[in-house]
Amino acid sequence: MNTLIKAEKVCFSFKDEEENIKQVLKDFDLEIEKGSFVSILGHNGSGKSTLARLFNCLHIPDSGTITVEGLDTSVEENVFDIRNKIGLIFQNPDNQIVASIVEEDVAFGPENLGVPPKEIRERVDEALKTVGMYDYRRHETHKLSGGQKQRVAIAGIIAMQPDCIIFDEPTAMLDPKGRADVMKTIRKLRKESGKTIVLITHYMDEAVQADRVVVMDSGKIIADDVPQKVFSKVELLKSVGLDVPQPTELCYRLQKDGINLPDVLTVDECVKELMKKIAED
Amino acid sequence: MKDLTFGQYLPYDSFIHKSDPRTKLLLTLGLIVTAFVSFNFYSLGLVIVFTIMAMIVSKVPISFYLRSLKSIWFFVLLTAVLNVIYIKGDNLLFSFWIIKVYAEGIEKAIFIAIRIALLIFISSMLTYTTAPTALTDAIERLLSPLMKIGIDTHMFAMMMTIAIRFIPTLIEETNKIMSAQKARGANMDSGSLLSRVKAIIPILIPLLISSVRRAKELADAMECRCYHGGKGRTRMNSLKASWRDAVCTLSAGLLLAGVILLNVFL
Repeated sequence: MNTLIKAEKVCFSFKDEEENIKQVLKDFDLEIEKGSFVSILGHNGSGKSTLARLFNCLHIPDSGTITVEGLDTSVEENVFDIRNKIGLIFQNPDNQIVASIVEEDVAFGPENLGVPPKEIRERVDEALKTVGMYDYRRHETHKLSGGQKQRVAIAGIIAMQPDCIIFDEPTAMLDPKGRADVMKTIRKLRKESGKTIVLITHYMDEAVQADRVVVMDSGKIIADDVPQKVFSKVELLKSVGLDVPQPTELCYRLQKDGINLPDVLTVDECVKELMKKIAED
Repeated sequence: MKDLTFGQYLPYDSFIHKSDPRTKLLLTLGLIVTAFVSFNFYSLGLVIVFTIMAMIVSKVPISFYLRSLKSIWFFVLLTAVLNVIYIKGDNLLFSFWIIKVYAEGIEKAIFIAIRIALLIFISSMLTYTTAPTALTDAIERLLSPLMKIGIDTHMFAMMMTIAIRFIPTLIEETNKIMSAQKARGANMDSGSLLSRVKAIIPILIPLLISSVRRAKELADAMECRCYHGGKGRTRMNSLKASWRDAVCTLSAGLLLAGVILLNVFL
């Protein structure tokens, strides 16, 4: 598989409000393959959101390079092409919606790309159907719930037809229902379009759904593997202030008490293994 | 703040809703001017009949139009009363203390009241039947000749679109901050005028800070969606004038002709 995003020896720092220089990333290396579903996990201040902004040219590295399909993010001429390839969904659904009407907001991106009007119409309808908001196309954006707004924002990115979508904590400001809907949309997108998806989150149950989990702590990668392997390192995750999914935690504790159980990630798996264990005894 | 009937869009499906916003905008201005140049009861009556017909065609319930008058009725009444008191004429109807009421004054007052009411009805009809985005679109296209003399009309239209988009968001935010400050013991509903004005400051400052933060985030989001000004930008819905606009323009033209004839001959 070929690489879509590549970060090499990236250093990045910024000045906070008191003019102190904060080093966010130091000699950071990461490769994201085309068509993969990667989640980046870390608690606040681990540098994970900065990473999303670096990938999308909103920040330029102090040193080192980030390339998107070979295009350097620090070259001004590449910015438009890179943003056309990588869509970014932000945390706050309110602050990324530009228009008052749902379909007009979804059309905003393709309009900026100079897509012909007829094709914009088709793209908008298709994108709204993908996120399940087609029936709301003429609704006013401010009357939607947080989860619906976030799905409209996702449709706005889909309509631009990028190769990759980065979700920067898309569910952090949503209620449980909105969270579930947005995650369902991400899974559907993954299954139907095969786009590269980078999900930045601090929710374990969301990170589990990816094919690969990258755990970050103070600007460094401390674990990078398939979810099963990453979440089996319960001690390591706890040491950086992260939790593990509840089923994993339960099995981990049972294992500690001498009960022989494999590592599990989901509730279904956990139930299955426990049932098996009970049947054995 | 809840009573925002004036300036609201009501998505009904009518002949007027479907007309081109450019036509509606221009005809609204035309209709208001016509109402103010109707000098006698016959021509004003014609404008009233025309407006009521248009209101019916718009399918917006009449109650909405009446509600739009609610916030302004005091102003209408005040203007009418002032006219009754101050206009002097030949036919003294009655006098009371220092107030002398003339027939001309009453006539003038009725004219003014009807004209203001018409002004409100006609402009409400524009906003009730036209989405704010369509309206900004219309303004952008109508002003586009100004591009030639170096005025960036796209920027202006984008600013209006975003302002309209964020009005409800900011109202919601204001209410939230007000509740938060009340929960902290802020007293906004009583006290002297000065203390009430002072009570606004703890609402305005958080609102300002959060708006600046919102603006930054929105700018990032817009950049991520490849926004780079009006150059090379296409639009999903291009405005197209249709037979509807011809019908609207023709009927408005007939109205103006009728008003002029009635003004001159009666």
